[in-house]
Order: sequence, then structure tokens, then C-alpha cells
Amino acid sequence: MERPKTVSEIKTVSEIKTGSKIKTGSEIDGFELIEQLPSGGMASLWRARHADFDFPLILKIPFLDPGQDVSVIIGYEVEEMILKRLSGSHVPRFIASGDLAELPYLAMEFVAGVSLAKRTEAAPLPVEEVVRIGIAIGTALTDLHRQSVVHLDLKPQNVILAERGAVLLDFGLARHADLPDLLGEESAVPMGTPAYIAPEQVLGDRTDPASDLFALGCMLYQLATGEEPFGRPSTTAGMKRRLYHAPRPMRAIRPDIPAWLEAIVARCLEVDRSRRYADAAKLIFDLRNPDQVVLPRSNRARPGGILGWLKQLFDRPSEAALVGTAAEGSRRAGPSIVLTAVDLSDGATPLAAAILAETQRLLAARPDSWLACLTVIKTDLVKETQYADSKGNSIYVKRLVALKDWARPLHLSEERVSYHVIEAVSAADAVLRYAEHNQIDHIVIGARSSSALRRHLGSVSTKVVAEAHCSVSVVRIKGAAGEQDETRPTQRA
Amino acid sequence: MRIAVLSDIHANREALEAVLDVVEELAPDQIVVLGDLVGYGPDPEFAIETVARLVSDGALCVLGNHDEAARSDRDRLTPNAREAIRWTRTRLNDDHRAFLAALPLSITRFGCQWVHASAYRPESWDYISDPEAAMRCLAASTEPLICCGHTHRPTVFYSHPNRRPTMFVPRDEIAAPLLARHRHVIVTGAVGQPRDGNPAACFALLDLEEASVTMRRVPYDSEATAAKIKTLGLSSWLGLRLLIGR
Repeated sequence: MERPKTVSEIKTVSEIKTGSKIKTGSEIDGFELIEQLPSGGMASLWRARHADFDFPLILKIPFLDPGQDVSVIIGYEVEEMILKRLSGSHVPRFIASGDLAELPYLAMEFVAGVSLAKRTEAAPLPVEEVVRIGIAIGTALTDLHRQSVVHLDLKPQNVILAERGAVLLDFGLARHADLPDLLGEESAVPMGTPAYIAPEQVLGDRTDPASDLFALGCMLYQLATGEEPFGRPSTTAGMKRRLYHAPRPMRAIRPDIPAWLEAIVARCLEVDRSRRYADAAKLIFDLRNPDQVVLPRSNRARPGGILGWLKQLFDRPSEAALVGTAAEGSRRAGPSIVLTAVDLSDGATPLAAAILAETQRLLAARPDSWLACLTVIKTDLVKETQYADSKGNSIYVKRLVALKDWARPLHLSEERVSYHVIEAVSAADAVLRYAEHNQIDHIVIGARSSSALRRHLGSVSTKVVAEAHCSVSVVRIKGAAGEQDETRPTQRA
Repeated sequence: MRIAVLSDIHANREALEAVLDVVEELAPDQIVVLGDLVGYGPDPEFAIETVARLVSDGALCVLGNHDEAARSDRDRLTPNAREAIRWTRTRLNDDHRAFLAALPLSITRFGCQWVHASAYRPESWDYISDPEAAMRCLAASTEPLICCGHTHRPTVFYSHPNRRPTMFVPRDEIAAPLLARHRHVIVTGAVGQPRDGNPAACFALLDLEEASVTMRRVPYDSEATAAKIKTLGLSSWLGLRLLIGR
């Protein structure tokens, strides 16, 4: 890039005669245009190659004809600004951008895979595939939101199902928390795609990652039922209907959809953002663990009769109140998903109590946080594992009961906690695998005393601290350090 | 080209020294001082002499409203500022006054207009604290980039023809991009009296090749400055605001 130019310095596209420059075989800054691809009204798309890159590329060239809607130029600048700051496997790799004054273009990696638009044509899809796609897009969103970017135009056309996972395209409407929102000045008009736009976006809020989860909910609804939950309204008023009217229950369209999937999608589609999934990680967890999804006890309670109807009519809350507030504050307040690993093989030890206290402190930071309690039953590769005690009671069930009993003082509602008893040879590997798989934000784990043998062999907590991809709290009983028996926890408190 | 932009030093020696330490390490190609060397703070002589030395080494400097008030007898300032500027006058010698008297209201160089308050009637000291003020400033200049201070609140305005400018408060220490199809007004935060809630001294680092501006923050011993203000008998609010950045 060079120094900003005055508007008068910027040549119009017609001056540069782009028409003659852009055709199959022509070369732009070393990029050879191979083939034009179908595209929307904002830009032309070209397959391209470049001697410096040994993988296929895409050139996106915005239509900047004089008289073209100014938002095309601004959308181009937004996408350039954001794409060049993104990394990871869930976005196309940014290669280069052309000088806006000469010939603007975005060069990026060509992502091979199936467009979700293609799969959507085949909807309704089998539940397993809907779940698989939901997990893939949820994973991509976790990665995007971690990089401070909200997509704000998620739709099947902008998702590629690639071998490496879901890849999100087109950041022309996106918002980066650290960058100016050049499109924000226009937000009196809803910006997004009517079929998938979130209610708060309809009202002009362009800051909330939860908007992407709403769009994902719309896509999952469509993939599962073959219908768009809110149709394709063409007016702002039409788009605002979603603030007041819930879509048809999915199971009314397709009765064989499981209740848990309906509940998950309904939670994505909550108008009030405080009731929606606060982040994609919990959505992924629910899709992976359907048995842990809490089903709503009844449909939205409505006051009955004429009186109730009148009451609803006059008590209509404001639009802003309906969409609630963004969870941004709470997102900063603390971890969303806490994984606490506790060893209960010796019963309720002081260390287990200390782990509980630490867990409580972490959960208190954030009212919408959520806890996964995990305990590991050690199995042995050589010896046959015992699954029942001498009286024939299941060890698994005993441990689950103990785990629930351990967590009881936290007084968490069933929506905020899940319990997992896992059999594994290595407790550390089990904890690490679970944390990685479920996008855990924070692990709490206990460490027993330090002993020569433990230092030599390495403890579970040491391995977890060394290899986890998130924060880890290691809980110790103060004063318990020192030479101790390897197998027994200290009883000093 | 990288340019360190210092604005609103306001006779704060501790803040200026801390900022210049960082600037020295950064070794920018150019230093620009956007006025208000004096006023409010306890060390006007030090501020003027330090900036004069920077200028003799090649820095650019423009006049601020407090500098203008200090070199004349007119004072169209708020009561706190007026009290401080009257005290400031008693501290300045002829060299100090001559340096301030020679400062221009506005300089245009490096494809940028440098001015203390606004390119729109610079002598009327407009505050660019909303998109309308930024539009007035942009309309009064032909440059793609205007750099000013005066509000003590770091802000960047992005302007596209026929649109209301986008007002953006850049995150501290994170580069804000300058965009090819936009004109920009950069409002630099204050070295000597930040008012954005962060008491750390602020200066801007402008990178013309990378087309970005970064608001750098430098914590300094604001308690020492506040103690001096108290000892000198200046308004206690002038010391307190340094501690809280308001």
C-alpha cells in the first residue's frame, strides 16, 4: 500500500480500461487469469495462478464502475482489511491485494470442496449430516470469533465444506473489533442476507458474534427441514417479523427430527441474545453430546384467551429490548466453558474440595458459563479392567454418582453442567483430548504433592499444563508440597 | 516514512520525558508536535525548551490555543485553564515567547495537513469530536490526511465522498489502517493530559508506507506531576485529572 490519495488522484476504472485488461489469459501483477467463475453482482471471480504460489488461486475483482453503489467499494475495503488479518484453516489464505487506484483485486487461495449451497439444494438432509455440518461451521466460527471478527453474512453460498473443515468466504460485510466499522454508518438499512440475518442485525447492531450463531441456526433449520425458517423477506419490515414470530417448529415439518436437534436450533434462533448460545463452543458440545441437551419442558408460555392476547398486544416491549444485550461483557468476564478434572478414586479428599472451590470462583466470573465435570477411570492395557466391584456394582455408575455429589455444592442448574466418566489408560491424555475436542476455555485440575518419583515420571497436571491449548489452573493444597507417599493425597488442609 | 506525532504536552515534563524515551527508541523519520506545549501543567519552560530543541533538529511544530494565550494577553479559556495560563505567563522569558510567536497555525507536508485543532478556521480552535466537525475540517483542506490534537481523545475519522465520516476510536497499541479510497482525520491523543480515561501519555505513530496509525501509550509518573501542581498552588483538579485520565 502507499499513502492515501485524494479522491481527485484516484483514477476511475474506465480510465484504466479494465474491460480490456480483465479476460482469460491476461496477467495482473503476475497473476494469470485462467477461467471466470460465476459470481454475484459485487465482483467478478477468476481462477488464477502465480509463479510464486504452487496452489490454485482466486482473484476477486470488484465492479467499480462509476455510478456503482458506493457500498461495493467500501465492502471491498472492508474485506481486504479483514481478510489480510485472518489466519487459520477456516478462511481462505490471503495472498495479495491490488492497488485501489490502479486495479483493485483480492488474491486468495482457491479452496477446493463442496459449497454448502450445493448441499442445501439437496435438503432435507439426514440428521447425522446436519449435525456434522453444524459442528464444522461451529468450529470455523469459534476460530473466527477468537480472531475478533464477526462474519455477519453467513449463508450457504459463503461456506465451503473442504477436507480441512468448513471454510468461510466473503468478508465484505464483516466486522473486526479492532478496526473501524466503515459500513456502520449505513446500518439504518439492514445489511445482510434476508433469509439468515439476525434480529439485532436487522436493528443495526453489527458487533455481536451471536449474530453468526443465529445465521448458523437458520442454515441448520434449512438443512434439516428443506425450508428457510423466515423465508426471504424483501423489506425491513419483513425482516423485522423474526423479532415477533418464531419459525414453525422443525418437527412440525419433519417429525423424525430428534427433539434435541430442534432444541439446539431453537436456541440458535432465540431473538433475545442472552438466551442464544453465547459462543459456538457450547453449540458444538451440544451437537456432539445430544444426550446432554436439556429439552424445553413446554413451548413458549403465552397468556391464554382474549385477555392474554390483548395483554400481549399492549405490553409489546421495544425492539431493542426484544433482542436483549450482547454478551460481549460476559465474554470478557471469564471462560465460557470450564473443564474440571477431579480424581475421586480416593473419595472426597481435601484436594477435591479445593478443586471445587477454584471451579466455583471461575464460574462466578460469568453467569452464562458452563461446567464440564470429568473423572477418569484408569484402565490397564495389560491387566483386565474391573468394571464392577466385589459386590457386582458398576464402578462407572458409582463414579458418576460420586462426581454429581462432588459438584452438588455448586448448585448449578442442569443447563450449566455436564458429567463425564471416561475410561482411559492415561488420565492426562483423556483430559487433553476432551478439552481439545470440546473447545474448552479453561481447565481446572489438581496436583498432589511433589515427590521425587512424581517428578521423575511426570504427573497428570504437569502433562496437561504442558500440552493444553487453553488456560489451566492447577490446584494444590497449600503446605502439602514435599516428599509424600505417591499414591495417597495429603490429609493436611 | 514513519512520523511520531506529539500533541497537547501541556507543560507535563514527566509525560514528555517518558514519551521522548519511547520515541528515541522508535527512531522515526520525523517528529511533529501539534501544539499546546504549555497550559495546565507545572513545567512550561521545560516543555518549550525541549520542543525548541526538537525543532532545531528537524521536527515540525504548530501553534495551539494555550500557546497563543501564553504569548498574548488575550485569554478565551475556561476558568481553570485561564488561571493556569496567567501563571504560565509569569514563568516565560523573551526566548520562550519568541519561540511560541514564531509557530504557524498550520503546516502542510508529507501529504498531510498538520494543525492543532481543525483545518476549518484553525484560529477558531474547533473541537473534532464528532463526524460533523470532521466534515468541516475535511472540507477546509485539500489534503487526503489531516492530523490534529486538541480534544485529548484519540480518534480516527474515515471519510468517503458523499458519506458521513466513520468515527473510530482506535485501540491502544493496535495499528488502525488508513484506506486508499478514504480521506482521514487523525485526532492524536494527549501527551500531557489524556482525557480518554487512560492516564498513560499518548502519542501517534504514523506509518505512511504501511498506511496505518497507532496510538502508543506510555505510562509515566503522573503522581509526581500532580504533586508539583499542588505545590505550585494551581487548581487541584488539574492534578487529579492526570491521575484518572479525564
